[in-house]
Amino acid sequence: MIRNFKPHAAHVKKSGSDRCFYMICYSVVVLCLLIVLLPMMYVLAASFSSAAAVNAGKVWLWPVDFSLKGYETVLQYKSVWIGYKNTIIYTLCGTLINVAVTMLCAYPLSRKELGGRTFFTFLFSFTMLFSGGLIPTYILIRDLRMINTVWAMLLPGAMSVYNMIIARVFIESSIPGDLLEASRLDGASDAQYFFHVVLPLSKAVIAVIALYYAVGHWNSFFNAFIYLNDKVLYPLQLFLRDILVQNNIDSSDITDPEMAAQIQGLAAQLKYPIIVISTLPMVCLYPFVQKHFNKGVMVGSLKG
Amino acid sequence: MPAFRKEKDMKLSKAIKKNLKNWQLYLFLLIPLAYIVVFCYIPMLGAQIAFRDYSVKDGIWGSKWVGLKNIMKFLDSPIFDSLMVNTLSLSLYTLAVSTPLAIIFALILNSLPSARFRKTAQTIVNIPHFISIVVLVGMMMQVFHSRIGLYGITTSFFTGKYPADLFASPSAFRHMYVWSGVWQHFGWNSIIYTAALSGVSLDLHEAAQIDGASRFQRILHVDLPAIRPTITITLILSMGNVMTVGFEKAFLMQNGLNSSASEIISTYVYKIGLNSAIPNFSYSTAIGLFNSVISLILVTLVNRIARRLSETSLW
Repeated sequence: MIRNFKPHAAHVKKSGSDRCFYMICYSVVVLCLLIVLLPMMYVLAASFSSAAAVNAGKVWLWPVDFSLKGYETVLQYKSVWIGYKNTIIYTLCGTLINVAVTMLCAYPLSRKELGGRTFFTFLFSFTMLFSGGLIPTYILIRDLRMINTVWAMLLPGAMSVYNMIIARVFIESSIPGDLLEASRLDGASDAQYFFHVVLPLSKAVIAVIALYYAVGHWNSFFNAFIYLNDKVLYPLQLFLRDILVQNNIDSSDITDPEMAAQIQGLAAQLKYPIIVISTLPMVCLYPFVQKHFNKGVMVGSLKG
Repeated sequence: MPAFRKEKDMKLSKAIKKNLKNWQLYLFLLIPLAYIVVFCYIPMLGAQIAFRDYSVKDGIWGSKWVGLKNIMKFLDSPIFDSLMVNTLSLSLYTLAVSTPLAIIFALILNSLPSARFRKTAQTIVNIPHFISIVVLVGMMMQVFHSRIGLYGITTSFFTGKYPADLFASPSAFRHMYVWSGVWQHFGWNSIIYTAALSGVSLDLHEAAQIDGASRFQRILHVDLPAIRPTITITLILSMGNVMTVGFEKAFLMQNGLNSSASEIISTYVYKIGLNSAIPNFSYSTAIGLFNSVISLILVTLVNRIARRLSETSLW
């Protein structure tokens, strides 16, 4: 009986006060869920409502006067698709570079016998505490002639030391040292061991850090804002800033002239579908990676 | 003497040989090392322009030294006080609200009996974490719109008239900034505590339960002490970060009407350095450097205090 003990199991009789306590806990959590969901439901509802209903302030949590006009308008809005394409490119290439550099750093640092390990670890960790700042970095990027190029979006953040530490701790703690001995006896080199043993066994942590990096790229706005000035290279977030925050809707971007005439009336309606379309991919990605979280995040965040 | 030297040489060559065997590891490390040197350490060297009078013609290494002139200029400038107050109040307000809420949420969630409910709830509260700051600010502008937003509709429903525009009010800025952050991240911030709680030994719960402790008492006396090291570490990290308030959200929420509350150090650094008619690289760098140095001192101090008080520290 003791072996089957669970902290929540019912075999120890629940007292009245415990039952009351659980009731309170459930209500608090349900309240939190509501607070999280309400704004998102409002945006979703407004995105499926007609412009008139939204502008009249009729939409609360359910679509009023159901309409797909907003989504049709977004389909016509060229810059959103330029941004979408660029963001997908930056996210895919960026994440690939990130994960490669991170693992190439985490693996050697996880090997205890590596000479200078403490020194290298310090060299990397120190950058988490101190940085040169905005302007020196800007001057560097300018001198490297990376302003207004794709590289400014991919290289300056090629590795996050925090994620590297998560990966390192994962390799240290969940890949047994015996494996290294065994593969050495089989004549494998360090590189072979890395590619054939470490990487396949690190799938969980790779999934987690890839999610972190991908979300970072998808949502990043600052680097593009500082380093890019050619609209053809803009990621989605910069166009979103124009539309959502600056209220700039460029009617010359709409291919259909009839729609361009209506654009001012559609301004409010355009925003909601854009929020939905731009946010959905990352939100959908998350549940697939969530199952790896126990292995990945916790190890790193506790021992980091 | 020569024998000693020989022995030392042999030791040295042995060490080199041992490390040479790991040459592939060093080859791997070369790439991240190159990255960190180029993109982190070179800008650190570049930060010396804070003490020079930077001109594009002379470059970082050739511009004239001016000593502490730029730092002094910042300390004496009339905007210094309000920048510090705005930056510190945003970060301390966030710290005071978001950490306790994340801890309480983790404790409550962890105490629920149904595993499936716990998991679903956690998935849902994490969703806002994946929303970008641009979209978040855009959403806030819609949701808090004084006429057509959720806020305007609800207020006018109860009071009969439309409320004032929140984005135009400096006093509302801080609350909106902090609570939107709480909305977005409390679930995510609680993950680390939930993880620590899942590691609490069942024996402890069992023993407490046999002693007649209620679930609430077990939270206070079993769960809470178990996550204390985690709390210490997150507090060290956030105390060290009180001077670094991110640029993006304050910048995006900023407008002419609320700038008396929303102008913080990072937005000012941007404004002086990159967004003015006569950009002043040296002055902007000096403000940034001042900020980074204070942050570094803070983390080191807090870490030292934490190590002395609770034997839990970052390093």
